[in-house]
Amino acid sequence: MKFIKFLLLGIVFGIVMTKSEAVSWFRIQEMFRFQAFHMYGIIGTAVTLGVSGVALIKKFKIRDYQGNQIVFSPKDKSVSRYLLGGSIFGLGWALSGACPGPMVVNVGYGYWAMAIVFFFALVGTYLYGVLKNKLPH
Amino acid sequence: MIELLTQPWSWWFSGAMIAAIMFFLIFFGQSFGFSSNLKTICSAVGLGKTNKFFDFNWKSQMWNLVFLIGAILGGFLTKQFLSTDIPVHIAQSTIDDLSKLGIAAPESLQPAEIFSLEAMLSLKGFMILSFGGLMVGFGSRYANGCTSGHAISGLSDLQIPSLIAVIGFFAGGLIMTFLIMPLLF
Repeated sequence: MKFIKFLLLGIVFGIVMTKSEAVSWFRIQEMFRFQAFHMYGIIGTAVTLGVSGVALIKKFKIRDYQGNQIVFSPKDKSVSRYLLGGSIFGLGWALSGACPGPMVVNVGYGYWAMAIVFFFALVGTYLYGVLKNKLPH
Repeated sequence: MIELLTQPWSWWFSGAMIAAIMFFLIFFGQSFGFSSNLKTICSAVGLGKTNKFFDFNWKSQMWNLVFLIGAILGGFLTKQFLSTDIPVHIAQSTIDDLSKLGIAAPESLQPAEIFSLEAMLSLKGFMILSFGGLMVGFGSRYANGCTSGHAISGLSDLQIPSLIAVIGFFAGGLIMTFLIMPLLF
């Protein structure tokens, strides 16, 4: 039962991503070609509200549902891993038109081809685990 | 009301909903980051036995796997009850550019040239889907996050690493869109 809230949030996420068309390969192409505001509007709105909300959580030391202090852990400092990893991610994002979340939403929508994309995303994740120590971080 | 739900949702409402999802996850003691699920699944199928990177208590990430199941259900429910399956209304300039690559104007959510069963079962189609997925999976773990973890959660916390990652997302995306895709299609 403690997981039901995450199931509901996941359902809302799937609906929002589909109804905003952010799961569409077409929309990702339109974004990377800078030909519409749509995707920038979605991400920009989310980040604007996100920055404000996170600042408020920190300022007023807001607690989570169990009364624990909400803490944001800073990410490890590096340039190469984020720039190189991010670029490889971007290559795949533009080609398949989906990041990991939208992949599974698409499968739910009935695009079975996205199951192949998702499977190979798992393979790619494993490949990173294998090559991790040989990569600049 | 139903009509309002079935037509495509505006960017501002969708963006606000995504922020709301992130804050609910934070309130429930977790964080918004989808690609962690890929690592968790690798661990859950036993890959931790051969690789230390996947040797961790994956059950602690069960909440995120449940979120993933919800996301699949959300896609399914939208298709069943909230969809009019109208063509994605992209810019005419994008339609023109894509037609030069042999991708027809939208007739539904996704291009048939890439995501139809026929395309999926062709060698070229399969290669595109598999390489796309491979790079997303590899890149998101290398960068330690994807769009949700970096572009939404990380930027919301003003994390410089996330900004670098997002610059990388766009560098890769632009290289693929303008340099590689014209060669592939």
